[in-house]
Amino acid sequence: MLAKKISISQSLIIIIISLFSLSCLFPFIMVISGSLSTEKDIINYGYSLWPHHVTFDSYRILFLGSNRIIDAYGISILVTVAGTIMSVFVTSMGAYVMARRSFKYRNILSVYVIITMLFNGGLVPWYIICVHYLDLKDSLWALILPMLANAFNMFLIRNFMHSIPEEINESAKMDGAGEFKIFYKLIMPLSLPVLATVGLFVALSYWNDWFLGLMFIDKQELQPLQLLLRTLVSNVEFLKSSSNASAMQRISAQIPSESIKMALTVVTIGPIVFLYPFVQRYFVKGLMVGAVKG
Amino acid sequence: MKNGVIRELFKNRTLLLMFLPVAVLLFLFNYLPLAGLVIAFKDFDFTKGIFGSNWMNPLLDNFDYLFSSDTAFRAVRNTILLNVLFITVGLIFEVGFALLLNEVRNKYFKRVSQSLTFLPFFISWIVVGVFAYNLLDFESGAINHFLASIGLQPIDFYSEAGLWPIILTIAVRWKATGYGTIIYLAALTSIDNSYYEAASIDGATRWQQIRYISLPMLRPTIIILTLLAVGRIMNADFGMFYAMVGDASLLFPTTDVIDTFVYRSLRKSGDIGMASAAGFLQSMIAFVLVIASNYAARKIDKDSAIF
Repeated sequence: MLAKKISISQSLIIIIISLFSLSCLFPFIMVISGSLSTEKDIINYGYSLWPHHVTFDSYRILFLGSNRIIDAYGISILVTVAGTIMSVFVTSMGAYVMARRSFKYRNILSVYVIITMLFNGGLVPWYIICVHYLDLKDSLWALILPMLANAFNMFLIRNFMHSIPEEINESAKMDGAGEFKIFYKLIMPLSLPVLATVGLFVALSYWNDWFLGLMFIDKQELQPLQLLLRTLVSNVEFLKSSSNASAMQRISAQIPSESIKMALTVVTIGPIVFLYPFVQRYFVKGLMVGAVKG
Repeated sequence: MKNGVIRELFKNRTLLLMFLPVAVLLFLFNYLPLAGLVIAFKDFDFTKGIFGSNWMNPLLDNFDYLFSSDTAFRAVRNTILLNVLFITVGLIFEVGFALLLNEVRNKYFKRVSQSLTFLPFFISWIVVGVFAYNLLDFESGAINHFLASIGLQPIDFYSEAGLWPIILTIAVRWKATGYGTIIYLAALTSIDNSYYEAASIDGATRWQQIRYISLPMLRPTIIILTLLAVGRIMNADFGMFYAMVGDASLLFPTTDVIDTFVYRSLRKSGDIGMASAAGFLQSMIAFVLVIASNYAARKIDKDSAIF
């Protein structure tokens, strides 16, 4: 009797969890299906989980029809790679100084960093300083610099470095190594687990960022992928003005605007979905560390 | 004494040099904008910059203008109401889902469902906006095709402002439930199993065990995460509103928040005076709330406060 009761509630729980899990997956399948559908099917049947007639036209038009998509991809990759490397290096170097117990004024530096987590000048002064004083308008640096130093990540790394015994520093110092060498040759490799987690979080936020592009990039050829997706969603017409318009016409008389939006979405989330199974656990680990010590 | 400070700094010059890049970055992108808050009291002139512009005369003119605006009031109201909605529903969903997952005995099923629900956290709001469009669009949206197939009237979601608090709540839950669950699940798995064993020997049902063991054990985590969220109640997630609602002005009565209002005043209408006054008030209230909620979190659990 008891066993039966448990199995009923167990199966109810499993049903609820399954429904929610599937609802998290459905939209992904729907865009993939939409990107492979013909325009006619989307108009007639709406977006569905399975394409009625499979066609790769939208992908062909997307890559043939516009260098901008290739350009945007390049910019997103460049910004993500450069931003992540610089950010991890600069924040871990700063975190090392904050973690250095022999340095008397390390707490003043920590306070300097904490203040940025608590107080925020807001959008208007930030925007004007970036544009007016730092001259970041329409520059690739605008997509990298504002997110480079992250206080939260610095504390995450610092807390990890606290667990590395200070004796390592002392003995390296005896051997004549300077602080930078100790950091670079000893502490960085020892901190690899936390650096990997932070690096993945940083890379994700660079790849997914479009806010910086929205604020600072007006030049179309500097738009990152996410921003291009937004431009395309609100206005698919720009594809027609591209230099390959005639080649596109040959593939399809009318630009399949709906399925192209879906194709660009698939292309945008492709790298994330592809890497997701491999990196997921690092994110979970990072969240746990942040939850315990943040 | 002073000599000692300088000697100490000189001794650690390499360390200071290593801290310099972050120090400069934080100064430029966090400290300068803080000083730039004075712009709310200035008659901003782009050629003179923030600090060179003349003071407003009378000094609070930007604020008078702001307070006489219905749109600004609406934005404040929407920000607070929507955040209260998001925090409440989020709490129920995240704790509830963590409790459900914790009951699952099949490890494989647990891992797969966790992976699936965590996935939406990894995509940008722009992409979520596309997903929402697939479902909600008047002509080709899946929901309207479904409604039509069972003989119901289609709904023009993008002009029905009243539906959007619900739509946005669903979107936030879809994107963030898996992520939010992780922390609660971690707290649940760290509960000593002997509590449950003792309870079941005493004849407690599974439900009673959740009610009297799991939930009380989660209480500190719940309180602290909620307090920290309340500290940010004046700040809306600009990315979500901009990507989901965008320029659909028909939806603004229920979806225009302080952040989108400031953005529009700054970039679209070029009304920097009003934008900076609104931003100034938002920052000031946020200062107070963050400090208060942190103080409260610290009282409950010393380790989980930010400072």
